[in-house]
Amino acid sequence: MEVSPEYAVQMHGILKTFGAFTALDRVDLDVKKQTVHAILGENGAGKTTLMNILYGLYQADEGDIFMSGEKVSITNPTEAIKHGIGMVHQHFMLVENFTVTENIILGDEVCGAAGILDMARARKEVMELVDEYGFDVDPDAKIQDITVGMQQRVEILKALYRGAEVLILDEPTAVLTPQEIDKLIEIMHDLIAKGKTIIIITHKLREIMQSADECSIIRRGVYMGTVDVHQTNETELASKMVGRNVNLTVEKTPAHPGETVLSIRDLTVKDDRGIEQVRHLNLDIRSGEIVGIAGIDGNGQQELVDAITNIVKAESGSIKINGDEIVNTTPRNTFLHKIATIPSDRHRWGLVLPFSVSENTVLERHTEDDFGAGLTLDYDKMRSYTTQLIKDFDIRPAGSEDERMSGLSGGNQQKAIIARMVTAAPNLLIAFQPTRGLDVGAIEFVHKTLIAERDRGAAILLISFELDEVMDVSDTIAVIYHGQIAGTFAQGTVDENQLGLLMAGGEAK
Amino acid sequence: MSKLEKFLRGRFAAALVAVLVGFAISAIVLAAAGYNPIGSFAALFNGAFGKPKYIANVIIKATPILLTGVSVAFAFKTGLFNIGAEGQYILGTTLATIVGVKLNLPMPLQVPIVLCAGILGGAALGAFVGWLKAHFGIHEVITSIMCNWIAFYLCNFVVMSDTFHKPNSTSALQVNGSSYTMILGNWKKSAEGKAFLKGIPWLREILAKTDLNYGFIIAVLVAILISFVLTRTKLGYELRAVGFNRDAARFSGISVERNIVLSMLISGAICGLAGALTITGISPHTITLLAAMESYGFNGLSVAFIAACSPLGCIPASILFASLIYGGMSVQQVMGAPSDIINIMIGTIVFFTALPGVTPMLADMIAKRRKAQEDIRVSKDGTPLPEKEV
Repeated sequence: MEVSPEYAVQMHGILKTFGAFTALDRVDLDVKKQTVHAILGENGAGKTTLMNILYGLYQADEGDIFMSGEKVSITNPTEAIKHGIGMVHQHFMLVENFTVTENIILGDEVCGAAGILDMARARKEVMELVDEYGFDVDPDAKIQDITVGMQQRVEILKALYRGAEVLILDEPTAVLTPQEIDKLIEIMHDLIAKGKTIIIITHKLREIMQSADECSIIRRGVYMGTVDVHQTNETELASKMVGRNVNLTVEKTPAHPGETVLSIRDLTVKDDRGIEQVRHLNLDIRSGEIVGIAGIDGNGQQELVDAITNIVKAESGSIKINGDEIVNTTPRNTFLHKIATIPSDRHRWGLVLPFSVSENTVLERHTEDDFGAGLTLDYDKMRSYTTQLIKDFDIRPAGSEDERMSGLSGGNQQKAIIARMVTAAPNLLIAFQPTRGLDVGAIEFVHKTLIAERDRGAAILLISFELDEVMDVSDTIAVIYHGQIAGTFAQGTVDENQLGLLMAGGEAK
Repeated sequence: MSKLEKFLRGRFAAALVAVLVGFAISAIVLAAAGYNPIGSFAALFNGAFGKPKYIANVIIKATPILLTGVSVAFAFKTGLFNIGAEGQYILGTTLATIVGVKLNLPMPLQVPIVLCAGILGGAALGAFVGWLKAHFGIHEVITSIMCNWIAFYLCNFVVMSDTFHKPNSTSALQVNGSSYTMILGNWKKSAEGKAFLKGIPWLREILAKTDLNYGFIIAVLVAILISFVLTRTKLGYELRAVGFNRDAARFSGISVERNIVLSMLISGAICGLAGALTITGISPHTITLLAAMESYGFNGLSVAFIAACSPLGCIPASILFASLIYGGMSVQQVMGAPSDIINIMIGTIVFFTALPGVTPMLADMIAKRRKAQEDIRVSKDGTPLPEKEV
């Protein structure tokens, strides 16, 4: 495509290799001004790498970047910012114990005479931005105290504050509630109307349909073409992305629930600030049943999981697994009662990133004699066990037993966790945001695994901020609001609107 | 990737570059002060390895810092910074002296008991620091620095106490001879031994003129053992998991508190052993009134960082360090240059090992230049040439 000032960003023939691996094989991207341009691709396809090159975090081995028709050289993020590029990463880059305002001005501080920080003016400037774009963010709140959704808005504000004209959003909806997603899409359209250009990296087809004008598809580092979103549909996009036909609906047989496995009574849990997040909650899950918890982030989901896994102490109440009380014991005890948990934050709770893949797959089970007699650890046995898991769960790249876990893509890291949890043949499987940041192919795999575990006879507790996921996968849907179960429904007896109302604290009709 | 690039990305290169830069900067300092750098380095090398006796002394000097280095490296691999190696070492010497003075058993019993006393002292102090961290969240750096001073004054207290003070001296009583760990300690002083050694001058020099002892062998074994524990045992696995990601370790049922205490306990025990081996291995076989810290623990920090916190890497690092310290004394004698120059060199080396990014950066530069050259070749005749190893 020819270079023209009509395009905010043009990247031509971008080649990027990491050692022997070609991450991007001469990829083209042409983003028209004042449009939302989606980049679609599976995990590890190279979407984020492409954007990191645009943002100056990586250098392309070959290829040119043009902005408004002029060739630019971007060798670091500072230059990218100078060229009016802002990026919101999938994993937020915020200082947890700083306030919203402090985070926004960080690196671009408002200073008075003699370089003294002028916080009053900074706060005012941030407030003006918040008002202009209609963001619901408290400038004085600390990052550690606000929800993930709000943290994301802080990231967007950070970019806008630095005068971004082109905004790159990496998986922006991965952690948002349906309402928050709607709001984000509204914000995006608002930004377009105010002259900005947005590039959104995603693998969520519905949001592309709702928000984007054009969509470029990358499959395993190769540019597959750009389509006009108004003239395509989700199924077509999905098959272009994956390279085969993908089933977008969750297929499952009716559940045959058995005995009650998990029984929670009158559970109250406080967070580290001493605020009750779970309040007198009751919940039952039977074997062979998936109970999905729908709710907005910050309504006690994290604390509920923390209490079951014994990461935190509950204030009061009871958690019974097959009749055994496990409340306020140890994480080890939870594991011994055959409860497996897919955590929401896999980097924090799920994996030891500097460990090898083999070392990670045996976490929890490393004490067993299967992996070395007595005090020793048998790396050969760990390796052959991991080889089997890699094969069974299609963890890529094959042969990565001795690679560091941090070198795997997000989707494959998640597969490694799921492999670890499922091979333990748990009585209760807790899946907390199990598809966060995953692509359609991987989501299909996770959902199939959950249903297979259900059919094996496990009780499944699915907690997700994505309402679609809860509605599609669960046999029973429970809504959590303000630390309590606000309503329980069999699948198919309730619609999105009713659930949305309950999630927001309204009354069900 | 060329061989040079591969080498530069390795761990060994970082240490080597640091050492070379350390020497280069010392050369500049020496030259600026009016001393011949080449001559000084020759004196340094000669002073460390010129005679069998010197080599033996380097090994003796390397023993305690190898152990304290392994101790620091071990703690570091499990996510803890044991700056308390000094105090644990001092408590090791103190307890070994107390037990060695009060107890007089046959050697096969006496030596292990005295060593165990030292180990116990270091372990207790380390475990205390770990316990404070695990249960009250007090940072180990603060508590272990405080513990260093507690151990320091406790040692002086023991030296001056009525029970242990050696009259008209600044030291405590010597431990009983059955606690000694010198190689062939009794034989080399016997008439038979003296006669035998007279015929072999180099052996006589090593054995009769130095306190060459079994300590270094024990220290090397400990380094191997610790390396094995870290990489091949369930304990090491748990300790490293806690070090890398406390949350994930807790989530998977590993007791974070227990492992923190255990890690500091082991780390302290190694330092305690270092202290005990000093008492049993080299004269004066007792503790003396300390005016300042002797820096065996702090030098362990340097050794550990030169070795990039690999327990096995501490073996060559401790030899290097000891040869600098010991050989440095001859620089003063031969060249008249102040031995401070050696401290500058050591400081520079440690400083540059703290910059692990330097050598990979050099590798990047080489890769870039090669690529640029290839691009030129490609553009000249239009076809890409096969990649050549530089």
